[in-house]
Amino acid sequence: MIFAASLAAAVVIVVLSATALALWYERKLAARMQTRIGPQFVGPIGLFQPVADLLKLVQKEEIVPMGADRVLFALAPPLTVIFALAAAAFVPLWPGVAVVRSDVGVLLVIGFGGLAMVPVWMAGWASFNKYALLGAMRAVAQSISYGVPLVLAAMVPVILAGTMDLDGITQFQATHHWFGLWPIIPGLPAFILFLLAMLAESNRIPFDIPEAESELVAGVTTEYTGMQFGFVYLAEYVHTVVGAAIGSVMFLGGWDGPFAPGLHWLLLKTLCLFTFIYWIRWTLVRLRADQLMTLCWKWLVPAGLGLVFLSAAWNQTGWSR
Amino acid sequence: MEVTTPVRTLPYRKLELYEPEGDMLTLQLGPQHPSTHGVLRIKLHLDGEKIIKAVPYPGYLHRGVEKLCEQLTYVQMIPIVDKDDYIAPMHNEQALVMAFEKLLKIEVPRRGQWLRSLLSELQRVASHIFWLGTMSLDLGGALGGGSTNFIYCLRERELILDLFEELTGSRFHYNTHCIGGNRHDIPAGWAAKVHDAVNLIRARLPEYEAMSCNHRLFIERMRGVGVLTGALALELGITGPNLRASGVDHDLRRDAPYDAYREIPVNVQTAKEGDCLARTHVRLAEMRESLRLIDLLIDGMPTGPINSSRPAKQANQIKIPSGQAYASLESPRGELGTFVVAGNGEANTSPYRLKIRPPSLHALAALPYLLVGHNVSDAVAILGSLDPIMGEVDR
Repeated sequence: MIFAASLAAAVVIVVLSATALALWYERKLAARMQTRIGPQFVGPIGLFQPVADLLKLVQKEEIVPMGADRVLFALAPPLTVIFALAAAAFVPLWPGVAVVRSDVGVLLVIGFGGLAMVPVWMAGWASFNKYALLGAMRAVAQSISYGVPLVLAAMVPVILAGTMDLDGITQFQATHHWFGLWPIIPGLPAFILFLLAMLAESNRIPFDIPEAESELVAGVTTEYTGMQFGFVYLAEYVHTVVGAAIGSVMFLGGWDGPFAPGLHWLLLKTLCLFTFIYWIRWTLVRLRADQLMTLCWKWLVPAGLGLVFLSAAWNQTGWSR
Repeated sequence: MEVTTPVRTLPYRKLELYEPEGDMLTLQLGPQHPSTHGVLRIKLHLDGEKIIKAVPYPGYLHRGVEKLCEQLTYVQMIPIVDKDDYIAPMHNEQALVMAFEKLLKIEVPRRGQWLRSLLSELQRVASHIFWLGTMSLDLGGALGGGSTNFIYCLRERELILDLFEELTGSRFHYNTHCIGGNRHDIPAGWAAKVHDAVNLIRARLPEYEAMSCNHRLFIERMRGVGVLTGALALELGITGPNLRASGVDHDLRRDAPYDAYREIPVNVQTAKEGDCLARTHVRLAEMRESLRLIDLLIDGMPTGPINSSRPAKQANQIKIPSGQAYASLESPRGELGTFVVAGNGEANTSPYRLKIRPPSLHALAALPYLLVGHNVSDAVAILGSLDPIMGEVDR
């Protein structure tokens, strides 16, 4: 019990500091892509820039717009962080160890990911702002739609490994093969599908229409100031970091790796996925809401169904045993 | 292209179908909004995200330039109109002094004419490249792929601004045109730098195209969006790339040639579709054409004076007793014209009335027609693709 609690505290601290580091990393990465230098004055090579940003946000006045639903408005930002962090509890850190080890880990992770839509809707509704409302409307539509291909893509490793336990899936991959690499046909497309759906769930370009700042000013975060905005902003990064971690657990073998399996492999794979996500983000333009739905329901969902069928067929052959 | 009967069906009519006001969401897009290219307010009536009716409200950047010009002398006006179209100041100055020269019946020396055309084409490249950047920004957002393209485009625009800085001493509001010619002649070694910049931009154009009009996502966002028919464009007085993208072959540089365009033929770039993608293609093709013209202009630059007389040093030096004149040129956004009625008071150093015809204002007039039926994301794309500059619209 004490071990689990201290581990939980450690994970929260690790995830939050990883997120702060990810903020710095993304800014540096984006700057390099854009022939800029990026943050460089706060701390060595600008490492403390996220801290400076945080301090700035904390100092700012928190404004509640007239006509806003004060309770929901105040409640939404912390909830986004809580739901985003909750999913991190199920990530197997090293063999046999996760903060919460559950037999239905995959289900819970996806469930918490989907729950993150609720505070976004709360924020959009309570803000009493049309841009926020439009943003929240888009966010709900997008989250509900992309939840389907996300579940379908997650079903592939579940079927292949025969368990919904995230650690069990990693164990299976450690003893057999990484699902992102083998079997190529349900595995690799499922990995890509998972990445796409995860991009949409965490509102990253090209799927960032809920906060499309060139159209909706700032979407659901339009009326938020100070640390309340900071929470929503933080939650997005936590969402992306945890999503990348889940992706590497389910498709890239998690803590598995040559020489010494352990946390470092998980972090390395997460970093690679994170880099890939931000590479996409700083390259592409965003889709339109209707194109997003077309992509989801006409292409990704049928593809996901096909992949689930193929992975079941693969299991029947018994080649991976 | 054949001009058919003007389009009279107003999109507002469809509003009558929606009886109770509660059915619709009225969204004020702007004046404080990241994608309104300055300060423009568009009142959108939305059904869900679909636009039922759109009304643009310009005027937030009105600075009374035309009224101010009635108080200023002819010499003092030139740096003021620089700030009208703040993406292409060269054309503003030139359109103004062309009207004065027409009144005074001054002929600019041949070298001065070629220099004006050269500056005009350089500014056109800078303006179009800036447009491509902001268009990407509208589509991709300030925190995404759009901003990457934006910064690349600004990097290239910087090359041209550096050239202007070396020539005129100012990066943006040049005050280099004067009545009868130009103020600044080409410095030594400048021509080689122009060639370098042109070659660099030409080499990098495929990169921008890879990130914009050759990119699948960009095409998906732009194709078939905001279709402007040639007839509607003509009725609204739209000129420039927006008109040419709708299939109307019209360019003042060829149809009413001035300066060096009388000697150098311009290949006018057109497209048929009239949608946002066609406007992108036309602007990119125009950029290539301008780069070609710059090479020709700088290589064939004649010798001689650049000014018919010495540039005016004193504010009240230029006097135009009476008369009226309209002069226009092809700016990056279309026909930019100046109408001037001379003769104000005893001194005759200021005009009685001065009117600037901004091409962007006419482009904005198409918004109520183009936006209807699209959704909010498209509204931003359509507005961006029309390339309005609010400084010029409101003056």
